[in-house]
Amino acid sequence: MALERSLELSVPSRPEYIAMVRLVVSSLATARRTLADERIDDLKLAVSEACTNAIEANHATGTIQPVVVSCWEAPERFEVCIADFGAGFDPDVLPEHPPVTDPDRLNFERGLGIPLIRSLVDDVRFESGAEGTKVWMTLFGGPAVEEGDKTSEIVRVVIADEE
Amino acid sequence: MELGLHVDDSRTPYTVLAVKGEVDVYSAPRLREKLVELVSEGHRQIVADLDGVDFLDSTGLGVLVGGLKRLRSHDGDLMLVCTQPRILKVFEITGLTTVFRISGSVDEATAG
Repeated sequence: MALERSLELSVPSRPEYIAMVRLVVSSLATARRTLADERIDDLKLAVSEACTNAIEANHATGTIQPVVVSCWEAPERFEVCIADFGAGFDPDVLPEHPPVTDPDRLNFERGLGIPLIRSLVDDVRFESGAEGTKVWMTLFGGPAVEEGDKTSEIVRVVIADEE
Repeated sequence: MELGLHVDDSRTPYTVLAVKGEVDVYSAPRLREKLVELVSEGHRQIVADLDGVDFLDSTGLGVLVGGLKRLRSHDGDLMLVCTQPRILKVFEITGLTTVFRISGSVDEATAG
């Protein structure tokens, strides 16, 4: 069955909005009951990591651009896309951390976001270029226990920055 | 949501820092500041109690790694208390369960 977009959310590129994005996306996934509870935790963490990277990418360009979050659904899967308007990056060329047994590992406080995303979701795709980056993350559902809310109306929300 | 940070230094030589709430890129700087403050005050054996943490992402992990590095450079240690599977999972995925000593309770962490 084809994916249908069920949510589009545009938020200012500020860290204080990430908790709200986590809440909105996880609440939608919970209402649909496509994913098991522990996968909702995976979804929240993956969304948080992608939003953190998106905010950083937008800030690096020096422009005021939002982070755009969209959710797409089919009966057996939940897909979320986090888009920024930064300068893009090559997801295949990321710095590697020393092994955890190496004392130098403690010199690396950053760079865990994308490895975490790759571990948490069933599929991740990066569309990155000079116009920005879209991170597409897919989680597949297990057998549904009971029917979730199937409202098909798309919710579009744009939250403007006060500043 | 405001990050809760409560310090209990009644378990000499251990200092227990109870963390409550969500630790992400918004709130993690306050955790970093508190760890830096405790080290600068001379606290060397710090137990971060994460059982009140509802959410922890890689920014929070980075702050804890930075805290551990800072303490070890002062011959100290940063130990963790964590029993929640959803939080432990983040440490397990990143392999950091082998970097930190993670206990099931504050009593266990401070038992020496």
